[in-house]
Amino acid sequence: MAITSVKNLKEFSTTNERFEGAHLLCPGCAHSMIVRELMNCTDDNLVISTNTGCLEVSTAVYPYTSWDTSWIHIGFENAATAAAGAEAMYKARKRKGTLKNPDAPVKFVAFGGDGSTYDIGFQWLSGAVERGHNFTYICLDNENYANTGGQRSSSTPIGASTTTAPAGRVSYGEKRNKKDMLAIMAANGASYVAQVAPNKWKNMAQAFQKALATDGPCYINALSACTTEWKFDPKDTINISDLATDSLVFPLYEIIDGTELNITYRPKNVLPVKDYLAAQGRFKHLFKPENAYLIEEWQKRVDAKWEYLQRREEARV
Amino acid sequence: MAEKIDLQEIEVWDGNYAATQAMRQAQIDVVAAYPITPSTPIVEGYASFMADGYIDGEFVMVESEHAAMSGCVAAAAAGGRVATATSSQGFALMVEVLYQASGMRLPIVLNVANRALAAPLNVRGDHSDMYLGRDSGWVQMDAFNSQEVYDMNLCAFRVGEHPDIRLPVMVHQDGFVTSHTAQNVCPLSDDIAYNFIGEYKPMDDLLDFSRPVTHGAQTEEDWHYEHKARQHKALMDARPVIESVFAEFEKVSGRKYKRVESYMTEDAEVIIVALGSTVESARLAAKQLRDEEGIKAGVVGPRVIRPFPFDAIRDALENCKAIGAMDRSCPGGALGMLFNEVSAAVYATANRPLVTNYIYGLGGRDLAIVDIKAIFRELKANADAGKITTQIQQFIGLRGPKLGFFETRGGK
Repeated sequence: MAITSVKNLKEFSTTNERFEGAHLLCPGCAHSMIVRELMNCTDDNLVISTNTGCLEVSTAVYPYTSWDTSWIHIGFENAATAAAGAEAMYKARKRKGTLKNPDAPVKFVAFGGDGSTYDIGFQWLSGAVERGHNFTYICLDNENYANTGGQRSSSTPIGASTTTAPAGRVSYGEKRNKKDMLAIMAANGASYVAQVAPNKWKNMAQAFQKALATDGPCYINALSACTTEWKFDPKDTINISDLATDSLVFPLYEIIDGTELNITYRPKNVLPVKDYLAAQGRFKHLFKPENAYLIEEWQKRVDAKWEYLQRREEARV
Repeated sequence: MAEKIDLQEIEVWDGNYAATQAMRQAQIDVVAAYPITPSTPIVEGYASFMADGYIDGEFVMVESEHAAMSGCVAAAAAGGRVATATSSQGFALMVEVLYQASGMRLPIVLNVANRALAAPLNVRGDHSDMYLGRDSGWVQMDAFNSQEVYDMNLCAFRVGEHPDIRLPVMVHQDGFVTSHTAQNVCPLSDDIAYNFIGEYKPMDDLLDFSRPVTHGAQTEEDWHYEHKARQHKALMDARPVIESVFAEFEKVSGRKYKRVESYMTEDAEVIIVALGSTVESARLAAKQLRDEEGIKAGVVGPRVIRPFPFDAIRDALENCKAIGAMDRSCPGGALGMLFNEVSAAVYATANRPLVTNYIYGLGGRDLAIVDIKAIFRELKANADAGKITTQIQQFIGLRGPKLGFFETRGGK
């Protein structure tokens, strides 16, 4: 029976286990929290595809697997297409009566990091969403190519220091603003789009359950704080995530059918952006006097985005 | 249920349509495809069968060839019959996933209407794309005409889906010369064709939830080598499977196929080895030369390019004196693939025939019967002299001065 009314974390922790605790992700990595929650918030059968990246290399190293469910990895860029191909086969076999468990409910889920989602797999994701496959794509957004040692992606926020856009004597690091994948996916025809974070676990479970219940392509952008590349203590993953959502650097909202925007979390006390930045080594250089203007600009951008989201929500367009 | 089609005893089909009809008869579960010249009509033909109710499966029109093969890989892992088609640049874009398909041991049939690779951009036929995929770990069959495109497609599903093989299979045909030339084709009825191919038997099925499977695991230096060696073994083990599938196909169709097709080679002094429609042109030239000039000419065409028919090629060639290995792909600073592989096969024979390399037909340049006759005459001169009298590699049918490379030392 599907888990629809989990009341607290203790109860949640007793829900079914289809993602084994044994894996090679870094201590403090948020990926496993997000993956476990997705798999714990439904009792339906799952076919999961995963792009090459941290999650893939840490959970399916032959002869072991962490996945007690159907799972497939093909390449760096094509998990969305893998979900689409498996979903197409499901439809064909259901029609022809060749499925072994024809009546069992099945959900198709694709995981990718921001490298494979925002960058190298963007076209594959866009194609699969446009074609209307019934699947949920979850981006584990840690804002860099963490699997290969912390290079920039188009999700890396301005001012972050990465190995391919490092802060240096004459550079403050990343020069571009983070790409707005939610707006893109909403415009691409996704039936349901949401931004979630593992510190707001009930909010995240609700978004997952909504996506899985939606008939059509869904896109979820999940904040996955990266202890290794963001440079914070592994025990602080949830604290960093709290700073991200409560400073509104990472606002939580959903977009239904491309138009209906709902803010799903409103912090009681909004924290300054600089508190979020100060907690991470990747932004350390922004606190030099010559870079102070970057933090001010960032605060303005966050305020403007929050204002925009509220207006969108109010306008219902 | 999909409507059946009552086919005539003899239909007039080009190679593309022959492939499309065979795909329809195979009752494929998922086709994920992206159109590209000259294989586009396969995809279009399948779409129109779909629109007219002749297909029960899913047809996914994806956004690139990379996605086409990616969709095919996942669909195959999800336990059903899968096929697609491509050419040239599309094939090149697919290459990453071709290796993933074979490494993951998933039977998929890929029709390749062979075409040149850019740059310069060119839509005409040559074998550049075929050569690009030669080490991809797929079984690769070569059709010389439309009938064979149809026949090889039916056989391809049987070979790839065989429980001991479980590998993807390419069926090559020459872009335009075969893909767009209407010829008489004798098809099997829908029922006979499907019964020959048989029902798909899923293995490690993603949609069997009583036994969860992990597809596409990571292996490093501890296991990767063993996986690749096993994959190669499966490919080599396809040789007897292909022979038994061909034998069964002969029973239902009356048409006999071998891993290497030999034409008038029993007493041949000089033999041309070629691929695709050139095999048929070379047969015509050999017959004419025997009749007109008494040159004992023969032709060898590998029907199965991978697994390379080392034994059958050697057996077909070992008693002749001179061999012309014809490569329709720019060799990129080396001898042609067919030259290298044919030379390797005959090297350990007692007779060790003289082998020369002819590059031809790049970007759709026509190869006329007179050109092939001229090659046979050069081979005859080599045979008579007992040594190679030209450079080892020559470009033929090329404008401007003669182009040749790789000097011989004393004709050997």
